[in-house]
Amino acid sequence: MAVMTKKTETAPALTIMTTDLRKAYGRKTVLDGIDLRVPAGTVFALLGPNGAGKTTTVRILSTLIEADGGQASVAGHDLAAAPEAVRRVIGVTGQFSAVDNLLSARENLILMADLYRLGRRPGRHRAAALLERFGLSEAADQPISTYSGGMRRRLDLAMTLVGEPRVIFLDEPTAGLDPRSRRELWAIVRELVADGVTIFLTTQYLEEADQLAGLIGVLDGGRIVAEGTVAELKRLVPGGHITVHFAGPAALTAAAVALAATGLVNEERATVAVDGDALTAQLPSDGSIGSLRSVLDRLDAAGIAVEDLSVHTPDLDDVFLALTGDRR
Amino acid sequence: MRNRTVTDTLTLLRRNLRHTVRYPSMTAGAIFGPVIVLLLFVGVLGKTLGSGLAASGGHPAHYIAYIAPGIIITAVAAGSMATAVAVCVDTTEGIVDRFRTMPVSRVAILAAHVINSVLSTIASTACVAAVSVLLGFRPHATVAQWLAAAGLLLFLTLALTWLAVAMGLVSATPEAASNAPMLIVFLPFVGSAFAPASSMPAGVRQFAEYQPFTPAIETVRGLLTGAPIGHNAVIALGWCVVLGAGGYAWAVAAFSRPAAH
Ligand SMILES: Nc1ncnc2c1ncn2[C@@H]1O[C@H](COP(=O)(O)OP(=O)(O)OP(=O)(O)O)[C@@H](O)[C@H]1O
Ligand SMILES: [Mg+2]
Repeated sequence: MAVMTKKTETAPALTIMTTDLRKAYGRKTVLDGIDLRVPAGTVFALLGPNGAGKTTTVRILSTLIEADGGQASVAGHDLAAAPEAVRRVIGVTGQFSAVDNLLSARENLILMADLYRLGRRPGRHRAAALLERFGLSEAADQPISTYSGGMRRRLDLAMTLVGEPRVIFLDEPTAGLDPRSRRELWAIVRELVADGVTIFLTTQYLEEADQLAGLIGVLDGGRIVAEGTVAELKRLVPGGHITVHFAGPAALTAAAVALAATGLVNEERATVAVDGDALTAQLPSDGSIGSLRSVLDRLDAAGIAVEDLSVHTPDLDDVFLALTGDRR
Repeated sequence: MRNRTVTDTLTLLRRNLRHTVRYPSMTAGAIFGPVIVLLLFVGVLGKTLGSGLAASGGHPAHYIAYIAPGIIITAVAAGSMATAVAVCVDTTEGIVDRFRTMPVSRVAILAAHVINSVLSTIASTACVAAVSVLLGFRPHATVAQWLAAAGLLLFLTLALTWLAVAMGLVSATPEAASNAPMLIVFLPFVGSAFAPASSMPAGVRQFAEYQPFTPAIETVRGLLTGAPIGHNAVIALGWCVVLGAGGYAWAVAAFSRPAAH
């Protein structure tokens, strides 16, 4: 027993694993050898610019299309050898709506329940519960053509949950949602993860990856160009800085001199970028209290008044822009 | 496994039937088209065509008896347009991709479409047959002949439906899907539906004699009005097998290729 525990600690079970996954459309290589490791019960976010191959990856992993090369397994089932076993454990909410527009929301959910063979009564109960959970009870029997984009998206996800999948693929699940709906969806994702579900997410919203994902992979030019936790990725890029705003040009000039002196905490040779029009001085910083204090102390000592001060720590946008080349 | 295919087919068939019942315009089109042609030929052109028919040995007064079987076959052919459009619309919607990621039998997805289309074509063909009876078509057939005619029509419907399903699957847009079966819809007109093939100019005549609808029309006409059938029944059944098997193979191949749309 003890040995077992130790084993799971050192090598967490991988729910999604790909090795050298390849896909080309004609002469265009979309995936050029993708290696992914997604531990069970975590959220993995795949980031990448438009056309990077995120949807292609999701379509391969969800058995919709076959890879040209490489191996992949989901929940221990090989994609090429046992796609049917994979289909039994996954749920997919694609980038584009996959609801039956000619049926009502309730009928859509009952259709899913019937296809998962939940039985008549349990199926209806499950449909009703999901309508409630996704705030669709009132509109449940109206035609879907009257639904807003957000309602449609919620129904899409509700349909994915009918079969209680252990692995869920979400391809840009919050595209086009307002901030409130987006937060609601994040809350649902967190609930699912708390229940042990593994989530494979693609997104254009870096805040979303920041909020939800344990691990992030950045896809560009057919390859994973960076992978790690949010903190690890942020460490890859410089870009943290303090911006100090002054009342007038005289103060700014004096500050530039004071700040350029050596010996700033954490910054042996602080390069101060002075903007005479905006009356700001910008200097690199890790955003720590210590570095802030040392800047303010130095300005204080020189008797220079500070109008305003802002701290910019590197975010995923910086990471994304730094890592994904401009190929257009 | 087998049981699963059956339950999935029934589940998906319920869904397809709901579509057809809620949005019956395509099925209605499959009724109105042949009925309008029937009215046109009987009411407007009936006299001229009837006497033309008399010249080649028919009865002018009974032109409707001559064309009604042809119109009924036209109704079967018209159903294929509704089928192709329905299949195309459905498979271009994301819902079918969702089914493909679920443990759902893939054969069931096609089978449900085929059964739904066959049922709606039976309904529209029965309506067209009823209208021709209202307009004066008086078939004198025994029960066995009625059953034989219905059986052949059913067989033809099944064959054309598989063909239309394949056309719907390979069409990128519903417009393309409604154009693809045009050939099927117009083929009975260049057959013996409205005039005997023997009355047509050379070239057209050969085509009319050897195309698949003529033997089917001749067989149904023979069964319902007592006209001679000859080898037509066997040839018609042979065509059904060929068209049906070809359509089935085409549809299955098109469906297993995911990026058709
Ligand atoms: N069926 C197809 N046939 C040909 N090319 C395709 C096909 N599907 C995708 N592609 C190409 O593969 C590339 C990757 O597409 P994919 O949809 O995976 O990108 P994505 O990362 O999801 O982009 P987005 O953020 O815009 O959704 C694109 O250049 C696209 O044109
Ligand atoms: Mg995409």
